[in-house]
Amino acid sequence: MSVITVERIKLFSTRSPWWCMIVAAVLTVGFAALTTGFLKGADEQQATIFITQPGAQLSQMVMMVMAALAVTTEYRFGTIRTSFQAVPQRAALLLGKTAVVAFLSGVIGLIASFGAWGVGSLFASNADLSINTGAEWRLLAGQGLVFAISAVIAVAVGILIRQSAGAIAILILWPLLVENLVNLIPKVGDDLARWAPFANGSSFLNQGQDFGLAGAGAGGSDFALSPWWALLYFAGWAAALMAIALFSASKRDA
Amino acid sequence: MIEATGLTKRYGATVAVDNLSFEVKPGRVTGFLGPNGAGKSTTMRMILGLDTPTSGQVTIDGQRYRDLHQPLTKVGALLDAKWVHPNRSARAHLAWMAASNKLPKDSVDKALEMVGLTAVANKRAGAFSLGMSQRLGIAGALLGDPEVLLFDEPVNGLDPEGIVWIRTFMHRLADEGRTVLVSSHLLSEMALTAEDLVVIGRGKLIAQSTTQEFVDRASGTTVKVRTPQLDQLAGVLHQQQLVTRIEDVENEGKVLFVEGDLTTDQIGETAAAHGIVLHELTLQRGSLEQAFMQMTGDSVEYHAHDEIAAVTQLDAPSGAEVAAGPKEDN
Ligand SMILES: Nc1ncnc2c1ncn2[C@@H]1O[C@H](COP(=O)(O)OP(=O)(O)OP(=O)(O)O)[C@@H](O)[C@H]1O
Ligand SMILES: [Mg+2]
Repeated sequence: MSVITVERIKLFSTRSPWWCMIVAAVLTVGFAALTTGFLKGADEQQATIFITQPGAQLSQMVMMVMAALAVTTEYRFGTIRTSFQAVPQRAALLLGKTAVVAFLSGVIGLIASFGAWGVGSLFASNADLSINTGAEWRLLAGQGLVFAISAVIAVAVGILIRQSAGAIAILILWPLLVENLVNLIPKVGDDLARWAPFANGSSFLNQGQDFGLAGAGAGGSDFALSPWWALLYFAGWAAALMAIALFSASKRDA
Repeated sequence: MIEATGLTKRYGATVAVDNLSFEVKPGRVTGFLGPNGAGKSTTMRMILGLDTPTSGQVTIDGQRYRDLHQPLTKVGALLDAKWVHPNRSARAHLAWMAASNKLPKDSVDKALEMVGLTAVANKRAGAFSLGMSQRLGIAGALLGDPEVLLFDEPVNGLDPEGIVWIRTFMHRLADEGRTVLVSSHLLSEMALTAEDLVVIGRGKLIAQSTTQEFVDRASGTTVKVRTPQLDQLAGVLHQQQLVTRIEDVENEGKVLFVEGDLTTDQIGETAAAHGIVLHELTLQRGSLEQAFMQMTGDSVEYHAHDEIAAVTQLDAPSGAEVAAGPKEDN
């Protein structure tokens, strides 16, 4: 698949993706150190795998920024035209980019979640942080899937918006703000919130976890779908957005 | 061969390219000439399938660009030397392009070598001077050893050495049998570089001809005639619908000037046929740029009268008649 090679060369021949990946991995691991490093006595024994993961959402954001930039910088510098000139099958090329970026995000997601778990186990060595339930495996390994799917959404938004600042603003405001604020809308608000895409990504991770010290409601409690359906729903959003983005890119002038 | 038929591109209310038809033949450098905003870059983007025509089409050897398989091996283009990521090295830039069309491993080094960038291949492209960026763009165009090459204003901002280098380069490419289309807004530059010309103004075709023909016609030749039988010759030429003007020239007395695109042969023969004695018969040529401005200016003027066809059709057999058209309206 030459488009994969093309996008791999592009991504790794500039420095900023490397920085994003390092920052993303370090954030989650660092937060794990903060949340577990100062625990003493009884608190330490109550530590759960869930509390090693608070930095994950931030890391996910960083990877989404990287994913969006992988597209918007091409528009900014005009290399998207050179790209479409080299590969006029625009959808194929952009899918190649999506695959590379999503794969890397997934890998970083795994490094982040397992890294954080490792650091947590080290600091809170008196707690039982062994991974033994399906839910715990889902929380850690699932991070890879959630990172990858959110990267797909970020690439799609990048293709549609074409412009770094706008794309990044949408990608940060949407999961952090919009999905939480819809709650405030009377009557339909709760339903909208439960069916919001990123909420379902988290729901996939958080259902059935032992929130421990973080408190009972820490990972949300009002889930619309069972974990794997929630993931599929989240992925459905990514696929739909990507389809719209590819259609738009094929039709619009580059 | 590049073939455009009825190519039209609208951006909202702006008509950037208006029903443009032309051909670019292999083995020659074809100049794509037009003032700023004439629609040259837009046309080139349409040739490369980057912008979709509002109507009409453009093909390369009968195929639309978007249908080409591994297009870099067929068409190379430099539309804008700045279309490079500033933090990517020249080598990496060419490497992804090569990978996209499965070009052989050594193609990147060969292209770098050809444009003389080997020494700076690993430097970030953002640090390149304009001339170096231009060379990198040309390396990208040559990467797939294509038969068809497009260059949009490649000499813009280059120093004289760079200009000569590019000019020589174009000729070499054409001599190798390739189709070369080079845009410019300078007729004087194109007169040196191109053998054929496609001239546009405000998105419309003004002329397609050889550079020589265009220059001859564009520069609005005047023939200077000195003869003792001034009035008689003027009368005969008037009957042939030629515009003449008699002027008093210092030290030479009364001189007859014949306007329009015509040959000295024609006047000489007419004079002989009527037994008129000639003391001097000289072809005088105006400045190229001035003439070009006049022609492209004309195109604007003629839009209003919707008589563009009279100006555009250059496949008419004799240049003289064609050029007489616009002159009469002046
Ligand atoms: N993407 C676009 N959106 C809107 N208008 C455009 C776009 N591209 C070009 N135009 C307009 O189309 C016309 C032709 O522009 P174009 O860049 O093709 O001219 P050009 O012949 O290349 O000029 P120059 O010699 O200055 O490069 C101009 O009026 C320009 O403003
Ligand atoms: Mg231009």
